[in-house]
Amino acid sequence: MHILVCIKGIIDPDVPTALFDVDEEAKAPAPLSGVRTLMSPFDKQAIEGALRIRDTRGAVRISLLCMGPDSSRTIIKEGQALGADEAYLLTDPLFEIADSFTTARTLAAAITTIGDVDLVLTGRQSADWDSGVVGGGIAELLNVPAITLAASIEIDGQTVRVRRALVDGAETVEAPLPAVVTVAHEMGAPRKASLRETMRAASKPVTVWTASDIGLAADEIGNHGRRAVPERLYIPLSDVKCEYITGETPAAVASALITRLQEEKLL
Amino acid sequence: MSASGILVIIEIEAGMATPLSYEVLGLARRLGDEQGHEVTAMVLGAGLGEAGKDLPSRGADRVVRIDHPALGDYQADAWLPDIAKTARNLAPALIFAGHSTVGLDMAPRLAFRLESAVTTACIEVATKDGKLLFTRNCFGGKAREVSSFRTTTVVATILPKSQEALPIDPARSGEIVDRDSVLEANAIRTRIVERVRDENTSDALETANIIVAGGGGVKGPDGFRRARELARALGGALGATRLACDLGWCAPDLQIGVSGRTVAPELYFAIGISGAAHHVAGCVNSKAIVAINSDADAPIFALSRFGIVGDCHDLMPALIAAVEVTKS
Repeated sequence: MHILVCIKGIIDPDVPTALFDVDEEAKAPAPLSGVRTLMSPFDKQAIEGALRIRDTRGAVRISLLCMGPDSSRTIIKEGQALGADEAYLLTDPLFEIADSFTTARTLAAAITTIGDVDLVLTGRQSADWDSGVVGGGIAELLNVPAITLAASIEIDGQTVRVRRALVDGAETVEAPLPAVVTVAHEMGAPRKASLRETMRAASKPVTVWTASDIGLAADEIGNHGRRAVPERLYIPLSDVKCEYITGETPAAVASALITRLQEEKLL
Repeated sequence: MSASGILVIIEIEAGMATPLSYEVLGLARRLGDEQGHEVTAMVLGAGLGEAGKDLPSRGADRVVRIDHPALGDYQADAWLPDIAKTARNLAPALIFAGHSTVGLDMAPRLAFRLESAVTTACIEVATKDGKLLFTRNCFGGKAREVSSFRTTTVVATILPKSQEALPIDPARSGEIVDRDSVLEANAIRTRIVERVRDENTSDALETANIIVAGGGGVKGPDGFRRARELARALGGALGATRLACDLGWCAPDLQIGVSGRTVAPELYFAIGISGAAHHVAGCVNSKAIVAINSDADAPIFALSRFGIVGDCHDLMPALIAAVEVTKS
């Protein structure tokens, strides 16, 4: 059983709104000093999903797949310290400035090159651009079934069974392997890396591939193959002016608020 | 020659299109009128009955209905063959779906199957200098991106509450076309083992005029009971932040934000909510936000019409009492 988890390094999604800024010229987030690149939280929960399968089944090989700069080794080692075995780093200037489409195409080509993958896990979306396109895209490109928004994942023989977290409830869906499953926040908190695994992680293998290693030409990947054209990136400004309600006692404040809401015909 | 026409994928619940589907159809009609696009609504289901026949009165020029036993509960494998077939025949400039759990599952796969492009959770689709521009929130709601696409067809999901549905106009007519499904039995690789729908009050969140939402500052299940009482006193619905849901203070389906629901009530009480971007993204379209927070520097105040700096545990009972006074 071979599970492959796709991971992405992103700007800390919890960086306070006041510190976050964009470079409107480059149509990209502005670099922030002191803000680390983190593994996208949904991806970390996807690793957790893979580890839980291994907890119950044993004999599961877990690989990581990451497209990004060489500095992505930090999040790869973090994933290996959590328990992943080997990793594949796709790094090439040709991969850069990808959109969802070229990202999915690149990851799918790498998965095909790896060859023996039974289950591909991704986060439901990356916590930077929040698109949620790549998981489904990989499934279509590989022509395998996909199940999105997993809260838990079980393997039963050659079947993957997924509990999906839906807005109005839950459902359990199964699909034959190989398959793609995207992991939702409802998977729950990922475990902490043990000291033993952290030490072992240093010597776990990382295979580095460029575009030609996975059989992709320059014009179909990265910025060249993009279908999305970035037109603008900006910080939306609020034009709301806050009117503070004060008073001597909670009762006075409450009654002043209700009065103002009634005056403004909001209540 | 550039593609023409807009295809809207409709979701049906209890025999009616969902409110989000009507919103998306409203957007399609406005864009269609602006640019001379014909708007085709597509309805898939099992035992459709009259479902979808009202869509011309809400903006559709044509309704394509596909009724098949396997299309009742959405599964991508079941729906995509028919949608892709219709899309290939129409070759539309745009394919819209609501950004629901169905839409976010289906749209990326439809786009890749059609070899087109996709964008999700759009809050605006408009033309400028002859170019279609798609606007969406990103970076957990901290930033907004505008994109165009190089493909002739673009698949887009539309965020709930970002568009106005058209009022019912019985004078508008349209063609209703019932078509046979092209679905082949072996195309469905997935199987729904179980589906549980929550039948509690959370259904009311998207339609509520008033929402009382609690965050970390509510400090526990007791505080949430208070928030629920306040919601009840105001005739509104209860919502929550991701943190409050994760801590088990309330039901997980009350979550509002990037990974939860999107709401836009007239009045949104943010109680003990700091204003993290991923939460704000789900409520920023509310007509007015009232923030109650003990931290005067909480970012939520910058988005709020009214603010109270104070302890919500003292203020919630006082507010409930003040609301009761107005009723008597």
